[in-house]
Amino acid sequence: MSEQTNPVLTFKDFQSDQEVRWCPGCDDYIILRAMLKALPEMGRKKEDFVFVSGIGCSSRFPYYVGTYGIHGIHGRAAAIATGVKLANPELSVWVMTGDGDAMAIGGNHFIHLIRRNINIKIVMFNNEIYGLTKGQFSPTSLIGQKTYTSPYGNIQPPFNPGQLTIGSSGKYFARVPGNDPKMMEELFVKAEKFKGTASIEVLQNCVIFNDGAFEEITNKETESENQIRIEHGKKMIFGKNKDKGLILKGFKLEVVNIGENGITEDDILVHDAHEADPTLHLMLVRLQNPVVMGEIRRIEETSYDEVYVERMESVAKKSPFKNLDEMFFSGDTYVVE
Amino acid sequence: MTEKKLKLTGGTVDSVVIRFVGDSGDGMQLTGTQFSDTSAMMGNDIATFPNYPSEIRAPQGSIYGVSGFQVQIGHATVHTPGDEVDVLVAMNPAALKTNLSSVPVGKTIIVDTDSFNKKNLQKAEYDENPLLTGELNNFVVIEAPITTLTRESIADIGLDNKAMTRSKNMFALGMVFWMFSRPLKYTETFIDKKFAGKTQLIEANKRALRAGFNFAETIELISSAYTILPAKMDPGIYRIISGNTATAWGFLAASEKSGRPIFLGSYPITPATEILQELTAKKYFGAKTFQAEDEIAGISTAIGASFSGHLAITTTSGPGLALKGEAIGLAVMTELPIVIVDVQRAGPSTGLPTKPEQSDLLQAMYGRHGESPVIVVAAKSPADCFNMAFEASRLAMEHMTPVILLTDGYIANGSEPWKIKKTEDLPIIYPNDLKSSREEWMPYKRDPETLAREWVLPGTPGFEHRVGGLEKKDGTGDVNQSPENHQLMVKLRAEKICRVKNNIPLMQVDGAQEGDLLVIGWGGTYGSLFTAVNHLFESGQKIGLMHFSYLNPMPKNTEEILKKFKKFIICELNMGQLHTVMNSKFPEYDYFKFNKVQGLPFTVLELTQKFEQILNNQ
Repeated sequence: MSEQTNPVLTFKDFQSDQEVRWCPGCDDYIILRAMLKALPEMGRKKEDFVFVSGIGCSSRFPYYVGTYGIHGIHGRAAAIATGVKLANPELSVWVMTGDGDAMAIGGNHFIHLIRRNINIKIVMFNNEIYGLTKGQFSPTSLIGQKTYTSPYGNIQPPFNPGQLTIGSSGKYFARVPGNDPKMMEELFVKAEKFKGTASIEVLQNCVIFNDGAFEEITNKETESENQIRIEHGKKMIFGKNKDKGLILKGFKLEVVNIGENGITEDDILVHDAHEADPTLHLMLVRLQNPVVMGEIRRIEETSYDEVYVERMESVAKKSPFKNLDEMFFSGDTYVVE
Repeated sequence: MTEKKLKLTGGTVDSVVIRFVGDSGDGMQLTGTQFSDTSAMMGNDIATFPNYPSEIRAPQGSIYGVSGFQVQIGHATVHTPGDEVDVLVAMNPAALKTNLSSVPVGKTIIVDTDSFNKKNLQKAEYDENPLLTGELNNFVVIEAPITTLTRESIADIGLDNKAMTRSKNMFALGMVFWMFSRPLKYTETFIDKKFAGKTQLIEANKRALRAGFNFAETIELISSAYTILPAKMDPGIYRIISGNTATAWGFLAASEKSGRPIFLGSYPITPATEILQELTAKKYFGAKTFQAEDEIAGISTAIGASFSGHLAITTTSGPGLALKGEAIGLAVMTELPIVIVDVQRAGPSTGLPTKPEQSDLLQAMYGRHGESPVIVVAAKSPADCFNMAFEASRLAMEHMTPVILLTDGYIANGSEPWKIKKTEDLPIIYPNDLKSSREEWMPYKRDPETLAREWVLPGTPGFEHRVGGLEKKDGTGDVNQSPENHQLMVKLRAEKICRVKNNIPLMQVDGAQEGDLLVIGWGGTYGSLFTAVNHLFESGQKIGLMHFSYLNPMPKNTEEILKKFKKFIICELNMGQLHTVMNSKFPEYDYFKFNKVQGLPFTVLELTQKFEQILNNQ
């Protein structure tokens, strides 16, 4: 990889020649657009990106980006991406996945990738439904949700992707609404700079099988009341009139109105995404109303791939043999005449 | 086959089979290894077979906790660890009970009389002490209070009882060293290294070893020691190597000769784990290894690394191969090189995890959904694992395809002398790298001769492309589901594997080149089959051995060889899997079959009897 200045790339440079085939009106188009806009801003060469996916609607993503890519098998994107990255740590490796691909069939790979903290970015399109197999419940479907495999209402409690990420010793978790390309674009660029596994949940509306799942959270009319967008170092304030905020009461987060009951802005919690203790981050990812958006957790530590490379180099320096032949002929050998 | 009977009075013999058996914690594997290594250093040919239980430390004295190590040492070249045991060293009643059937009448049994107490006899399900009932009257039984003598010889060192007892394997080894006129110096050096810094343990083990040696001499139970002259082997420099180590080293050599770094993604599984351990320990040669979260992640990481341009490998056994099936299909579709090593064990399911079998052949050939052809090769002996690991890597990268390498627990854990190869004498491997210009290149543009697509790595500007599991359009590699294209691609993938036959050696037949009976085998049974065939061939029978190292595709001259024989027998440690393949590929021949599924290798005796039966039209 040369140190030359990278040529200025644009949205168009990252488009592939393939026809995009998601359902009309799907949030996936918005995610793709946001990614194609974010990629040139990352300041890397086009040939150094690899998009890896599993199976599902989200997993068609690599075909639509003009970089290197692998459309893998169901659930295994995280493992395939791990191999791509460890073989060539210089690459920027992205896993494009869904709630079923990442947390049902691929749950094991998902949690272990996060545990290891390999410098790979995971974008999970969470639509709380199985789309490509046409409408079965997923590991994030809600209790009571009616699907083709839960016609009388789902009875399996859902995963919270943020909780699962942090529970797997995750160092980075962010959430973003699927109808906000601007926020997504910014987040993708920020995540790319993070040295470790970044887990990004996109609340993605499936227009066919679970339309309106996030309506109350993402509707332009109500979003400012039902979402809180947080940033490291800033007070956690929300509401149309910026008059609500989060405080800690006992061991729970509480929503308060600024100016009522003696509450002032000074009482509102400041978001610390860099705090290693996950207690408050867990409360934030679990909060139902408002739903927290943005970089909830971002702990910079040494990534697995950095340690891996260092270990390879340090062990190589200590090699007891100059070359293979020397090892073959070392130790207990004997001559037959 | 051990033709020469050992005389009880000792003397010079051609070959001898010794089996050390005891509790899985008694150090029998180490004892056996020391004996075989010392013998190899003295110029004998050796073949070993460790036979251990799947329990790490089964309850002491129990029948299922018996662990054994068998070695055949020879003046002539030996190809198997031997059928029948000439000297059995049994450290407890359970070891005697479970191994007595392998010892022919008249042979020698050394027992530790201290262990033949009431408790141990009960555990071994003996109603009465076999040393007293007379049931061993037809054997030469050497009764030695090994535990007591060991403790006495090292009593003043200051170790506790338990630690003292642990040296009893060295005492037994010392006795056997004396019987076979082996020097102690190699094992003494080994003890110095193994216990470096622990002076008490060094002293205890060395003293026990010497005490055993002196005891054997003093009691004169054996009137004189056996002598085995050095074997007539190809001149050269040798080392003792196990199949799993040889596999790992074959990959290291393939990496060097191809210029592609190794990536091994693997999940520990018996009996394959040592390959992962060995390559991890040899990280300083640039081999990247990754212990994944499961078998599927093992192969998936390897596929990712292959996309990034590494010599990608995953190692497993039968159950793991089943789990990897879907991912192998992905590598077939994306036409990425990857080597899958299956160290076979007896199945189905968990089966007999530490015992060998050849029952994964059909799984390797056909065990995937869809039309999913891959190259299948097999190693025939511990040292041959080096050659076939190298070959598997060469074929994967030159033909851009998954390759399955079949070994088994018998050759993976067994060891034999390996005439060391210099890397400069190995062929260069030519991965099918990018050759085309930007204008003419397409992701699925094929080499006109091999049909392999070009291996273009991320980081290469101007060649960005996507691969994946969906059917690809011929040439461009775009997703395409048209009926004609799918049929064409299925045929191209099959034809690509078929053409590999132009890049592998011709089949060589051992023994008669034409004649009455052609024995057909594959993989780890070579030693037994060769020994049996060679024995009959040398006694004048028109018998030959066609042993497959390349199973898919088979060598081009396979049918030519079949034409030269009248009768055929396919011998396998399964219920007839190669038999099925041969019947489908060459249906015009009638094949007898000889099958064994006991978690044990063939004995030369049973093979010889079967072949004689067919030769004599019985």
